[in-house]
Amino acid sequence: MKEAVDIGSNPSTEPDLQGLLGQVALGDEEAFAGVYDAVAGPVLGVVRAVLRDHAQSEEVAQEVLVEVWRTAPRYRPDRGTAINWILTLAHRRAVDRVRSVDAAAARDHRAALLDRVPEYDEVAEHVEARLEREQVRRCLRTLTEIQRQAVTLAYYRGLTYREVAEALHLPLGTVKTRLRDGLIRLRDCLGVTA
Amino acid sequence: MTTIDLHRLTGAYALHALSDDENVSFERHLARCEPCAQEAAELRATAARLGLAAETAPSPALREHVLRRITTVRQEAPGTVGGPLSARDGRRARLLSRWALAACLAAVAALGGTAVWEHRRAEDAGERAHRAAGTADEIAAVLAAPDARTRAAELGDGATGAVVVSRELDRAVFVVSGMTHPPGGKVYQLWFDDAGSMRPAGVMDPRRSDQVVLLRGAVDGASGMGITVEPVGGSREPTSGPVALMTLPA
Ligand SMILES: [Zn+2]
Repeated sequence: MKEAVDIGSNPSTEPDLQGLLGQVALGDEEAFAGVYDAVAGPVLGVVRAVLRDHAQSEEVAQEVLVEVWRTAPRYRPDRGTAINWILTLAHRRAVDRVRSVDAAAARDHRAALLDRVPEYDEVAEHVEARLEREQVRRCLRTLTEIQRQAVTLAYYRGLTYREVAEALHLPLGTVKTRLRDGLIRLRDCLGVTA
Repeated sequence: MTTIDLHRLTGAYALHALSDDENVSFERHLARCEPCAQEAAELRATAARLGLAAETAPSPALREHVLRRITTVRQEAPGTVGGPLSARDGRRARLLSRWALAACLAAVAALGGTAVWEHRRAEDAGERAHRAAGTADEIAAVLAAPDARTRAAELGDGATGAVVVSRELDRAVFVVSGMTHPPGGKVYQLWFDDAGSMRPAGVMDPRRSDQVVLLRGAVDGASGMGITVEPVGGSREPTSGPVALMTLPA
């Protein structure tokens, strides 16, 4: 699992994942085991940050990883790195799950979410990737309070921008703008290129 | 929503914080707005870093479950291939080959001297024009061949492709529409699939999203074709995962 930590931050290891995914696209089950070992930790981390429930998180993570296998032939290397593709999928599925639960549960969920903004340490409590975590923590600190809260609620809690606006008592337009300029500041701090 | 509002949605989009309806209309906007598409890709990559930082150790049981499950889950084709159309649905096949033919003729006419699928730096303009004319003739011959068979596929991201094969002429033509441009310094390269081993079959013009390409070399029993992203000039063997794989019509 050590190598998995480096995949997003160290460009030299990314081509390996890309190559593995190429083999997976051709039906190579052994290559898929390699992909699994590289991404299962981050996938579960993303899902768990959003869902928080352990059993449900493993279930959704399993769905995501099987979907990676199923749709690998559709992965487009020219559209972004493999790890970004997989983590975007993981976040999407976690968010879908949060939003698809029945109305009553959804209300409870929302009530809990709108209660307070989670601290980063709290959402990242199970973090294994220390280096990545430190870097993200440092960069989150460069955001304004509102930017940080908005981005955190949206990403780690799976809230829509409307729900974020409600939670932070801000106009919709302000939230749209803060999500964008907050992420732009993070992008520049982390040195992310597409 | 005004366009200015739309431009501001890249952040919410990257965080999956739009409603389903807004997501659909924003993706429509992204297809037309290059600056937003670029920014959205970067912000998606940034969001992924937030995800990477949340890594947590899965139980060994999860690995077992997933690796067992994939042995029973069928993978999607890169394009949803509708089967050999000529065999299953004659009318659709005829419509399709007429469509392919019309598209080819239009494209060949529009391309004029630039329907060249091989970039050789050394060749002079005259030679290139000559070769292009020859290519157009060969394309027309394949499309008009009595035994020409067509198979169409969605290639993802709104691109559609059709491959036309004449086993008698032993040549294949690939018609594509709505293909996104490859990244800078890259081209789409075509491959014949000889039972799993990929044989180079020329590169596509990186500046065109609609084009007609005569695959280089004989079909020679190939069972399929693939497309990968390669450095300009092409590679001897694929250096990236396939963007699309299609089975050739029998
Ligand atoms: Zn725009």
